[in-house]
Amino acid sequence: MRRIALILTLLVAGVAPAAAEKLVVSLSNHRVAVTSSFVGEELVLFGTIEPDRPGMPLRPSYDLVVTVTGPKQTLRTRRKERVLGIWVNTEAREFVSVPGYLAILSNRPVDAIANTDTRRLLQVGLNNFLLPQRIGPDLADTVPNDPFRTAFVRLETQSGLYRQSSTAVTFLTPTVFRTAIPLPSNAPTGSYPIDVKLFADGKMVARTSSALEVIKAGFEQFVAESARDHGLLYGLVTSMMALLTGWFASVVFRRD
Amino acid sequence: MQIYLPIADMPVNIFLVLGMGLAVGFISGMFGIGGGFLMTPLLIFIGISPAVAVASVASHISASSFTGAITYWRKRAIDVALAMMLLAAGILGTATGVWLFTALRTMDQLDLVIGLSYVTLLTSVGGMMIWESVRAELRARKGMPATLRRPGSHSWVHGLPLKMRFKRSKIYVSAIPVWAIGFSIGFIGAILGIGGGFLLVPMLIYFLRVPTATVIGTSMVLTLITMASATVMHAVTNHLVDALLALILMVGGVIGAQFGARTGQRMRGERLRLLLGLLVFAVGLRFAFELVVKPEDLYSLRHVRND
Repeated sequence: MRRIALILTLLVAGVAPAAAEKLVVSLSNHRVAVTSSFVGEELVLFGTIEPDRPGMPLRPSYDLVVTVTGPKQTLRTRRKERVLGIWVNTEAREFVSVPGYLAILSNRPVDAIANTDTRRLLQVGLNNFLLPQRIGPDLADTVPNDPFRTAFVRLETQSGLYRQSSTAVTFLTPTVFRTAIPLPSNAPTGSYPIDVKLFADGKMVARTSSALEVIKAGFEQFVAESARDHGLLYGLVTSMMALLTGWFASVVFRRD
Repeated sequence: MQIYLPIADMPVNIFLVLGMGLAVGFISGMFGIGGGFLMTPLLIFIGISPAVAVASVASHISASSFTGAITYWRKRAIDVALAMMLLAAGILGTATGVWLFTALRTMDQLDLVIGLSYVTLLTSVGGMMIWESVRAELRARKGMPATLRRPGSHSWVHGLPLKMRFKRSKIYVSAIPVWAIGFSIGFIGAILGIGGGFLLVPMLIYFLRVPTATVIGTSMVLTLITMASATVMHAVTNHLVDALLALILMVGGVIGAQFGARTGQRMRGERLRLLLGLLVFAVGLRFAFELVVKPEDLYSLRHVRND
């Protein structure tokens, strides 16, 4: 028992940063409401690097990587091929439980922040982020240059849902930083965990987390929920609305 | 002004959608059709997913066909018995269509089937309409009388059993072709998000010899009920009907239809049919172009589920 405790202590000590810093972060807004006028929003994350205990020295320079992940979704990436002269979806891969939104924001290119192994271990950068695909009976991520993976990341980036920016984090002073988290209008609703990693000399020295939430509000929420939970009633009401509009028009424009 | 659509999950410009409703409504009023075959492609073009477009247009068409049906009802130009017979099969066709729609969506082939069906339907129907009206025009130039309806002539359709009499239309035909037409219109409507008016009217005239006095009114009743039930069925099975989108389209559509109807009444029937034929044919070609030309991006994404 004591030996296990000793090993655990050693393990923790081995992973935990030697020089002790801690991160304090704050978000401009924890809850984003999607209303009928929603066209996207930008949240601001502020933070400072502080010594773990007062009086302890800080390092001269730090790197910061902020990873924001949206609610998990399963998506199919399809590829068209020419069959008998027309373009048809022939092959498809399913990306299982991947984030519906993914932003990797840093103060300089991630390759310069840490080496390949560290980046892979900590999932730093779009190429190292785990995007499991269903390949036969297995679930596995592929090499970063797999054509379906590249296409998936490219399409998600085009629709503004995935992004990687090496200039998004700015250090206002050597220990105070800020970053903007852009949420596009098509951002899925749900909770968005935020993971903040602090690096120094290629190693992670501190880590903290936060979260934001995107919710449908008011009329949007009402319509979306009715459509999902009460399909029949929703369909009947929509049909009635159509009849009412049609009837109204025939009364308004009656000429005889 | 941007407005966020709750089911399509994207913001659209409200005036753009309203304008589209007005324009399509104008055309539908002018030719006495629902206009779904124009509206669905337009919605897909502005970025709404084909599935949501098809499901939402169904309710838009029920609004515009209800306005039309009321007008024809006042003129006593609806053959209720014929409409009910068409309907019985139409509902069955709609249900089959909605089922196939869901199945094709899971197989990633919905977009292809919608595209292919539009190409075949629109180019063939459009081509036929152009051909017919050009021939009629030429005949009129030569001073020959137009032979639109030949009451004495019988085709194989009239040899089928289960004959029924439809009083208002003054026809005596077998129930089999009536059911077949009803089923196919309901089926096509549910898959393609079209009311099928531009298919139904020629079918009723050529196969059943329904007189022009009752054909449009009857077709509108059928369109109304199949589209209203398609709305409900799409809402139950796929949850893809965007009520807000449908409402904006409806408002634009019913207003546009009034102006279209007035313009249409001032034009000659043959000229009107030629114009509609050209329009239908052009939309068909547009779809053919999309299928044949190499797409800008070979890859596309489809949302399967939220985990």
